[in-house]
Amino acid sequence: MTLAATGHGFLSPSGVEIAFVLVGIATLGAALLTVTTRQLVHAALWLVVALGGIAVEYLLLTAEFIAWVQVLIYVGSVVVLLLFGLMLTKAPIGRSPDADSGNRWAALTVALAAAAALVWVVVDAFRATWIDLDRAVQGSTEVIGRSLFQYWVLPFEALSVLLLAALVGAIVLSRRTGEGRAAAAALDNGAAPAPAPREEQR
Amino acid sequence: MSDALDIALRLLAVFVVFLVFPLVIGQTEHKVMAHMQGRLGPMYAGGFHGWAQLVADGVKFAQKEDIVPAGADRRIFQLAPAVALLPYLLVLVAVPIGPHNAVGQDLDAGIFFVLAVMGVGVLGSLMAGWASANKFSLLGGLRTAAQLLAYELPMLLAAASVAMAAGTLSLPGILEAFHWWWVPWQIVGGIVFFVAGLAELQRPPFDMPVADSEIIFGAYTEYTGLRFALFLLAEYAGIVVLSALTAVLFLGGWHGPFGADGLGWLWTLVKTVILAFGVIWLRVTYPRLREDQLQKLAWTVLIPLSLAQIALTGVVKVVISS
Repeated sequence: MTLAATGHGFLSPSGVEIAFVLVGIATLGAALLTVTTRQLVHAALWLVVALGGIAVEYLLLTAEFIAWVQVLIYVGSVVVLLLFGLMLTKAPIGRSPDADSGNRWAALTVALAAAAALVWVVVDAFRATWIDLDRAVQGSTEVIGRSLFQYWVLPFEALSVLLLAALVGAIVLSRRTGEGRAAAAALDNGAAPAPAPREEQR
Repeated sequence: MSDALDIALRLLAVFVVFLVFPLVIGQTEHKVMAHMQGRLGPMYAGGFHGWAQLVADGVKFAQKEDIVPAGADRRIFQLAPAVALLPYLLVLVAVPIGPHNAVGQDLDAGIFFVLAVMGVGVLGSLMAGWASANKFSLLGGLRTAAQLLAYELPMLLAAASVAMAAGTLSLPGILEAFHWWWVPWQIVGGIVFFVAGLAELQRPPFDMPVADSEIIFGAYTEYTGLRFALFLLAEYAGIVVLSALTAVLFLGGWHGPFGADGLGWLWTLVKTVILAFGVIWLRVTYPRLREDQLQKLAWTVLIPLSLAQIALTGVVKVVISS
């Protein structure tokens, strides 16, 4: 990156900058639709568009590795998990009357405050910095790997411990107690499951 | 200007491969399955062994009425086949076919790109399953999601093992670093990758999401005509991509016992075709796994195996470099 702002002006944007702004507007629109749509599954699908748009923004900022990780983790796994949960709860086609939250003003306040803080930090940190596209790529896998495992090893390991704790917590929460455990043991042994009382007889 | 022309030609080549190869695989499946089951398969269309059956099928699909169920979510229902098919086109751009930059586009994080985009394709099945307003479709969608979540992890771990061995995430870079003894070294990872890939494509014996004896045709039950054909095409394109990726990552891609300079692309092709034949062979050989067996295989067999492969890769790598 170069600090000099010579030759760069806001009035003569390059193609990459125009693309960046356009993708940003599309991403923002998709994000707004995610929280305002009354159809639950549509919200999850708009989230795909928003997350994908962010991946494209990463690409335009030459952070290729982060972009693909974004697609792999968020679009490929988190949204699939979301959709899985929605389908398990029989998300209806059409509007859900209870898709509205009473917390919307609190949520809007928090969102605006978070956005303001982030924009302020980014503007304050980078001001008139331009990415030099002709020099070595700043966001390549090698550069990120080096900085992650040289300067940021401790936070990295702390995060992995956090994830491990979350995993253990999930296992503890999902273990059944008492009579449920016996039934589960019978299932594991391949025996026929005991006829459970039908909750939903139609 | 020559740069733009170069890129356009590469993309055109990738597109042609994307249009031709899945159809060839589809026809091969017709014939191979038929012969393995002691029958002939399509024999009349076009004359020689029914080669034009594909064209006839395509015309048939195009003529059919495109029905959207009354209760369905129209737009998502219609969008789903494109979401299922397009990721495989994108993946093909990053798969190298031969040495000396014979690849659509050499990506710095090629493995990540390929696996990430392949995972997106499953969203198409989920959208189809939900938007059809059909309980069998919804069940198919649920099974698809559960299967993807279970098998994405071993696939990633197996691919990570190769990346560790090569010290790069770029697919051509991995092939540059390849030696013949990588094949026995990474064989466990290769098998895990291939099996997990089969599950991600929902090919037999992992075709619970479309189990026709239980839930009709899963997420694709309500589809007709061209949109249904697009889903089938996505499956065949998936076979091409999976076979090519396994060949590139674990079998050395363009490397072969001889003819390394001129015939590299032929080696890639031969390995891909043999693996694709294996995919078809598995379909006619094995019965479908039950849903719980499917999950058990992923979590208790494939993931431990892929972790062991990563450990082995790490140990050998340290021993070599010291």
